[in-house]
Amino acid sequence: MLAMILKRLLVAIPSLIGVVIITFLLTRALPGDPAAYFAGPAATQEAIAQVRAKLGLDQPLPTQFMRYAADLARGDLGTSLTTGQPVATEIRNRLPASAELTLLGLIISVLIAVPLGILAATRPGSLVDHACRVLTTAGVSLPVFFTGLILVYVFYYLLGFAPAPLGRLDVFFSAPEAITGFYLLDSLIARDLETFRAALAQLLLPALTLAIFSLAPIARMTRASMLAVLASDFVRTARANGLTPFTVVVTYAFRNAMLPVVTTLGMVFSFLLGANVLVEKVFAWPGIGSYAVEALIASDFAPVQGFVLTMAALYVALNLVIDILYGLIDPRVRIEA
Amino acid sequence: MKRRDFLKSMTAVAAGSALPAAPAVFSPARAQSRQETLLIVSESGPNNIDIHGVGTNVPGYEVSWNCYDRLISHGMKTVGGVPYYDRDKFKMELADDMSVGDMSATFKLKKKATFQDGTPVTAKDVKWSLDRAVTVGGFPTFQMKAGSLEKPEQFVVVDDNTVRVDFLRKDRLTIPDLAVIVPAIYNSGLVKKNATEKDPWGMEYTKQNTAGSGAYRVVKWTAGTEVVMERNDNWIGGPLPKIKRVIWRMVPSAGNRRALLERGDADISYELPNKDFVELKDAGKLNITSVPFSNGCQYLGMNVTKPPFDNIKVRQAVAYAIPYQKIVDAVLFGLGKPLYGATSEPPLAWPVAHKFTTDIAKARALMAEAGHPEGFDTTLSFDLGFATVNEPLCVLVQESLAQIGIKCTINKIPGATWRTELNKKTLPLYTNVFSGWLDYPEYFFFWCYHGANSIFNTMSYQSKEMDAFIDGARAAAASGDTATYDKDVKGFLDTAFTDIPRIPLFQPYSNVAMQKNVSGYQYWFHRRLDYRSMVKA
Amino acid sequence: MTPLTFRRDEPAARTSGLLAVVKHGRYVIGENPVTGFAFALFVVIVFAAVFGPYVVPYDPLASDTAAALKGPSAAHWFGTDQLGRDVFSRVVVATRLDFVIALASVALVFAMGGLAGVAAGFFGGWTDRIVGRLADTIMAFPLFVLAMGIVAALGNTVQNIVIATAIVNFPLYARIARSEANIRRDAGFVMAARLSGNGEFRILLAHILPNIMPIMIVQMSLTMGYAILNAAGLSFIGLGVRPPTAEWGIMVAEGAAFMVSGEWWIAFFPGLALMVAVFCFNLLGDGLRDIVDPQRRT
Repeated sequence: MLAMILKRLLVAIPSLIGVVIITFLLTRALPGDPAAYFAGPAATQEAIAQVRAKLGLDQPLPTQFMRYAADLARGDLGTSLTTGQPVATEIRNRLPASAELTLLGLIISVLIAVPLGILAATRPGSLVDHACRVLTTAGVSLPVFFTGLILVYVFYYLLGFAPAPLGRLDVFFSAPEAITGFYLLDSLIARDLETFRAALAQLLLPALTLAIFSLAPIARMTRASMLAVLASDFVRTARANGLTPFTVVVTYAFRNAMLPVVTTLGMVFSFLLGANVLVEKVFAWPGIGSYAVEALIASDFAPVQGFVLTMAALYVALNLVIDILYGLIDPRVRIEA
Repeated sequence: MKRRDFLKSMTAVAAGSALPAAPAVFSPARAQSRQETLLIVSESGPNNIDIHGVGTNVPGYEVSWNCYDRLISHGMKTVGGVPYYDRDKFKMELADDMSVGDMSATFKLKKKATFQDGTPVTAKDVKWSLDRAVTVGGFPTFQMKAGSLEKPEQFVVVDDNTVRVDFLRKDRLTIPDLAVIVPAIYNSGLVKKNATEKDPWGMEYTKQNTAGSGAYRVVKWTAGTEVVMERNDNWIGGPLPKIKRVIWRMVPSAGNRRALLERGDADISYELPNKDFVELKDAGKLNITSVPFSNGCQYLGMNVTKPPFDNIKVRQAVAYAIPYQKIVDAVLFGLGKPLYGATSEPPLAWPVAHKFTTDIAKARALMAEAGHPEGFDTTLSFDLGFATVNEPLCVLVQESLAQIGIKCTINKIPGATWRTELNKKTLPLYTNVFSGWLDYPEYFFFWCYHGANSIFNTMSYQSKEMDAFIDGARAAAASGDTATYDKDVKGFLDTAFTDIPRIPLFQPYSNVAMQKNVSGYQYWFHRRLDYRSMVKA
Repeated sequence: MTPLTFRRDEPAARTSGLLAVVKHGRYVIGENPVTGFAFALFVVIVFAAVFGPYVVPYDPLASDTAAALKGPSAAHWFGTDQLGRDVFSRVVVATRLDFVIALASVALVFAMGGLAGVAAGFFGGWTDRIVGRLADTIMAFPLFVLAMGIVAALGNTVQNIVIATAIVNFPLYARIARSEANIRRDAGFVMAARLSGNGEFRILLAHILPNIMPIMIVQMSLTMGYAILNAAGLSFIGLGVRPPTAEWGIMVAEGAAFMVSGEWWIAFFPGLALMVAVFCFNLLGDGLRDIVDPQRRT
C-alpha cells in the first residue's frame, strides 16, 4: 500500500513541475509591468527601473526562474505586491474560508442531488426522471455569478432574509479562535452559538449558489450508478425475496451505488474550490479564489503562482485520497500507478 | 447526546439562521459599540499603510492621513454647503507656530505632543521623517519635489522643539506641499528600532504598523478584507474625534455596497457608480454629498507626435464631434460639471470650460480641410479599472466619431497595465483623469502640458509658447507679480484650447453617501475620508 | 423488469449505419420529449445566430440616450440599457457571437485534444505518455484561473477566448478519445484494414477516427455549453470581448450594477438567453448520447 502511494506521488511530480513552469511563464507573459504599477502614478523611468531591480524583475527569465524555484524549495512562495503580505500566510488564512464555503455548498448539493438521483433511477423515463434532468441541467446552465447576484438581490435586498453579503462574519462579530479555520466548527468548539449562527447565515447564500451549480454531476452519477446496481443480480434476488421496494433501494442498492458517487464528489470538490472565484467575488468572500483573480488582474505574480501551485497540490492529494478510499471500500479495486 | 437530540438542536440552529440576522443577534454590548463605530465600505483597501512605501495605493493614503500628523494642515471653508478644505488657509497640527521668512520657514512643535507609544515628538523626529520622504524615492520623493523640497539639508533641527525648512528656490508650492499627506511625522525612535541594515528607513515595519502621533492607529489589518482603527485618546492635533473605532471593509461589488447602505448596514461609502448616487439622493434616505474634483478633469487625449492627430485640424474636428451633453447625462447621470461650450473668456482658474460644442457639420468640414474627408481608423483606449464611466463614455465617443468617418476600435486596458501603456505614450486616442493635490492652474499645466514632457503630458505635447506661459506663471506666482501671472495663465489656457492636444470632457464629482445619523464629512484635496471630523448620532 | 434492460436489448446504434441512427434518433426523441424540446431550442438558436442581425427591430449598437434605462415595453420588449440601446436586439444579435465562440472553441479542442487522444490511444508508448502527461498537467490547474491567465496574457480578443477555452477542455477530449481509440486498436475492422495493406496513419484517420466521431460529437455538444459559460465568466471579470460588441456574458456583467437599483432587465434577459443556450446544448448532448450510445445513458 505504502509503496503504491509513493509510486503515485512520484508519478505526480512531473505534473507539478509542469504546473510550476507553465504558471511561471504565463505570469511573465502578462501584459502589466508590476514595476510601473507599484512605482506609482508619478514615477519616472529611473524610479520604475529602481523598483524593477528591487523586485528582481530586471534579471533574465532563467535567472528569475532559478531564484523562484530556489525560494519554492525552501517553502517560500514570495510576497504579494498588492496586499504586501507573504503569499504562504495569505493562502493559509484564506484556504479555510474557501474550503468551508465549498464543503457546505457540496453538502447542500448532496442533500438535494442524491435523493433526486435515486428518485430518477427508480422511475427511469418517467416524468420525475425528466423533471430531475431538466432541473439539474438548468442549475449547471446558470453562470454562477448570475445566480449569486440574483440570490443577493432577492434574499438580501428585496426580502431581507439573508445578512449583508460582506464576507464570513457580520462586522460586529469577531472571528472565533482559529482551531480548524472553519468558523462553523471553531464557534461550536468555543460554544459560541451566536457566532455560529452569524457565520452560518453568511455562508448560506454563497453555498447555495455553489450547490445549484454542482447538482447536475452528482445527481447524474447517482442516477447512473443506481440504475446499474438496480439491474444487478443481487437486487433482483432481494426483490424476489419479497423485500419492500424501499428496503431494496435504500439498504441494498444505495450502499453499493455510492462508490462512484464518492469519486464524483471528490472531483466536484476540487473543481469547485478552483471555480468558485466568481462566487467569492460576488459575495466579497475572503477566499483564495478572489485572491488569485485580483492578483491576476494586477499582474501580481507571486499570489497567482502560489494559488495555482496550491490548487495543483490539493488536486493531486485529493485524487490520491480518493483512490486510497476506493481501495479500502472496495478491495477489488487496486491502486494503479 | 443522543442522535435524535443532536438532530433536533441542529434543526433549531438552522431555522434560527434563516431569520433576519442583523439586529436580533446583537447583544446589548454589541449595540453599544455600534454607536461609537464608523463602518465604511469601499471597493478596495490599502496594500501598505505607510504612504512612503513602495507602491502604496490610494486607499493606503487614507490610513496615513488619519493615523499620522503633519506639521500643518488646512482650514475649512464651505463650497456648495459642504465643508471644503481651504487652499489658502493653514492650520497648525503638530506645529504650534509657523513663521515663514524669505528663504525659510520655522516651525515650533506643540509642547505636549506625544507619539502613540507615549514618547514625545521632537524636532529630530520631524527631520528624520522629512529626510525619509525626500530620500526613499518613488512617489513620496516625487511629491516633495513638486514643492521644491528635495534634499535632507533643507531640514534643520534648531532645538529640541524647533525645526527650520530652508527653501531651495522661491516656490509658491513649498508651504502647501508640507500640508499634503506625504510629509507625515514618524516616531523615529520606534521605526529605527525596527529598521535593518538592508532597510534603514524601517519601511517593512511601517508597512504593517502605524508609528505616528495621529488621531487613529491601526489595530487590525487583513489585506483585501478589512482595516480596523481605534482612536488615540491622547491626540493633540485637534479636538478629540467623536468616533472611537473605524471599521473599513472592502466590498468589491458596487451593487452590494449600495444595498448595504440602503439597508442601513454600512455607515458611509464612496466609489459608487454615479447612477446609484443620484438615485440614493432622490430616495432621500441617505445624506449624499457631491463636490467637483479640485484641480482635475476627465479628458480625451491625442498623441500629437504621430498622424493623424499631429494635425491641429483633426484635433479640432474631434473636439467638435464629442457628444458632451450626452456624456454628462447618460454616463454621469448629471454628476459632473460640463466643460464645453464656453461663450465668454475663461476665468483664470482650472479646470474651466472650452469653447467647443457638439457640431458635426463643422467637424466634417475640418476633417475635409485636414485632408481626411473619408476619415481614418484608430484605437480608443480606456482604463478598465474605471469601466463604469469609461466604457459607456467610449461607446458614445466611438459612435459620434463614426459620423465624421473616424472608425475607432475600443481597447480596454486592465488597471495594472494602464499606467505602463500610458507611459509609453504610444496610444493614439484615449480617455483618462488627472487631478493634482495642489490646486493651482500652473501646477496642473506644468505636469500636463509643459515641454519638459513629464509622464502626465500623455499627449507628448510640445510648444515653445506654452512653455513660456507656464514658466512665466510659475515665476510670477513665486514673486507675487499678479499682473504677469494673470496674463500668463490666460495665455496657457488659450493655447491649450486652440491647439487642443487634450479635450477636457467634464469635471468629475467626488461623491460620498452616508446614513442620516452620520455627519461631519469634509472634502479634502486627496478626496479620501477624514475620520477626525466625523460624528455619528 | 426495469425499462433499462429493454434499452439494453437494442442493437448498438453505431454499428448499424446512418439510417439506423436516424431511426433510433426519432425513437429517442419520441421517447424523450425533453430531447425534442432541446432540439427545437437548438433550431431557434441557430436561426437567431444566422438571421438575427436581419430581423431585430433596432440597431444593437445605436445609442439613444433619451430612451435610456426604460423597462420592458411594447417598443422595447426587453427594455433598454444605460445608453438607450435595445436589449432585445442586443440579446438576439449576440447569439451569433456566442455561438461562434462556442463552436470555434469546440472545433479547436477537437482538433487538438481529440486527435492527440486518438493518436495516444492508438499508438500507445511515448505518444501516449506525452499526451497523458500534458493532460494531467492541465487537469492539475484550477481551470477557470488558467483560462483567465491565458486571456490576460494573450490579450482579450474573441480569438484568445476561444483558444483559452479550448486549452482548458483539452484533457477531457484527450482522455475520451484515447480510451475510445484504445478499445478499438485491435478490433476486427482495424485488423482487416491492416491486413489489406493500410498504413497506420491511414487506419487512424480513415477507420478509427470516424468510428469514435459519434462519441466525440456528444462531448462537443456538452462542452459547447461550458464554452459559453466560460466566456461569460471571463467577461464578468473584465476579460471579455471589446465594447460595444453585444455578448451575453458582458451584458450580464454590465447589467449587474443596475440590478440593485431595480433595472433588472439589463442583466436578466442576457442571463436568461445564456442559460437557455447552455441548457439547450446540455440537454442536446444528453439526447445525442442516448442516440449514439444507449448503454452509456446517465
